[in-house]
Amino acid sequence: MQRYSALSLLRQGLAGHKGWQSAWSKATPKPAYDAVIIGGGGHGLATAYYLAKAHGLTRVAVLERGWIGGGNTGRNTTVCRSNYFFPESVALYDLALRLYEGLSREINYNVMLSQRGMLIAAHTPAQMEICNRIANAMQINGVDGKLMGAAEAAAKVPLANTAPDARYKLMGGIWQGRAGTARHDAVAWGYARAASALGVDIIETCEVTGIDVQDGAVTGVETTLGPIRTERLGIAAAGATPGLMAHVDVTLPIHDYALQAFVSEPVKPCLDTVLLYLGTGTYVSQSDKGELVFGGGLDRVPTHGQRGNLPVQEAVTAGLLEMFPAFGQLRLLRQWAGVVDVVSDSSPLIGPAGPEGVFINCGWGTGGFKAIPAGGWLLAHLLAKGTHHEISRPFDLRRFAEGRLIDEAAGSGIAH
Amino acid sequence: MQRFPCPFCGPRDETEFHFAVEAGHARPEPAGAVSDAAWAAYLYEAASPKGTTREVWLHLTCGEYFLLTRDTLTRAVNASEPLPGVAP
Repeated sequence: MQRYSALSLLRQGLAGHKGWQSAWSKATPKPAYDAVIIGGGGHGLATAYYLAKAHGLTRVAVLERGWIGGGNTGRNTTVCRSNYFFPESVALYDLALRLYEGLSREINYNVMLSQRGMLIAAHTPAQMEICNRIANAMQINGVDGKLMGAAEAAAKVPLANTAPDARYKLMGGIWQGRAGTARHDAVAWGYARAASALGVDIIETCEVTGIDVQDGAVTGVETTLGPIRTERLGIAAAGATPGLMAHVDVTLPIHDYALQAFVSEPVKPCLDTVLLYLGTGTYVSQSDKGELVFGGGLDRVPTHGQRGNLPVQEAVTAGLLEMFPAFGQLRLLRQWAGVVDVVSDSSPLIGPAGPEGVFINCGWGTGGFKAIPAGGWLLAHLLAKGTHHEISRPFDLRRFAEGRLIDEAAGSGIAH
Repeated sequence: MQRFPCPFCGPRDETEFHFAVEAGHARPEPAGAVSDAAWAAYLYEAASPKGTTREVWLHLTCGEYFLLTRDTLTRAVNASEPLPGVAP
């Protein structure tokens, strides 16, 4: 692997940038692997990287139906945070954030993590009480979070609507200073490059069409590039997971919806935090290029189509303009959607499922990007050891039959 | 804005409708004989098919539940009918 540094940039610059190598090798499938991972998004690539790096397993393939990072990893709004309510969730999402904090150095790839802080803004005394409760829970769970008053919060978002007739007046909210954004494509490309350098085969345009099972254990997968044998199969395919698990007659507690995102034309720096308004359900941050990146709730029509519907576009944009009337001058540059796999309790599914040797990492719903390093770390642990990591154990599928739901939809006060 | 057909009211804006559940999700009986796994499956599991699906929807404005057959990829609606035993 060609190392990236200021010196290599200078050297390549002087040589006309003709000496750069491909970041990762385009592989073709071998007949058999020690482990196969379905899904070449952030979670699948991180799984492959940690399998090789932390567990020494390098006969590993990542199978991607489209192209690397072309699914939800390249379609999200790039927010990283761990401001959740339940201990299980905080442990999970803060593992991800801690891994993100060291990631650029570890994989020698700048994922542009920018810990600019995040404000969840409240507008009513009841919302402030909920924020206080969550801030307390975060502190008890050992994560940086605090309740912020109105004046301090207003100073964080100087363009927020403070007009006398504003519908949602800023009363304060929850502040997490370690939250922020990262470059989503770089996370996929960086993990792909690091995994490839350790010997992992990254195989694009390879769709899985069947899962082979003998005597209750997985023996391989059927793909559009032929059969591949493996006794350990990891599935990190987000909205495509229910269809894949249907091959082995497993039905999951998942509904697939479209989640939309939007960017405005780029403007000079005007918003230095990630902001979620509880009143409108719209969240926004400013990219390094100057675009305002924003989104909101789910489209409420179950779908597998990667495009959004108009009523939600209107609601999200109206929410943004209520928060920041000045942004009404901006033009919308792009709008798109990804298919997200939403679990009944809004927490992910991590663990064994169906035949022996099959492990899933899915159900991240609207918040998969922030969790990529943890999802990869935990699925790699499952594939390598065959048993749960302590952090993934509560997220096992069995929690539904056992009645141990981790209902973050209510707990963290998120809009979806 | 997509328009969905309510079998009672005709085509209306999608914002008037609410997805309830995939069709054919029968409550297991009798309660005493239902395992935890079967009950969890009834409460939570969904096929989430890519392509044709048959679902129960609620038309919020008239308050009627009905069956909608549609495509989850193209969003085309193929059929809309009252629940069994309900006259339109």
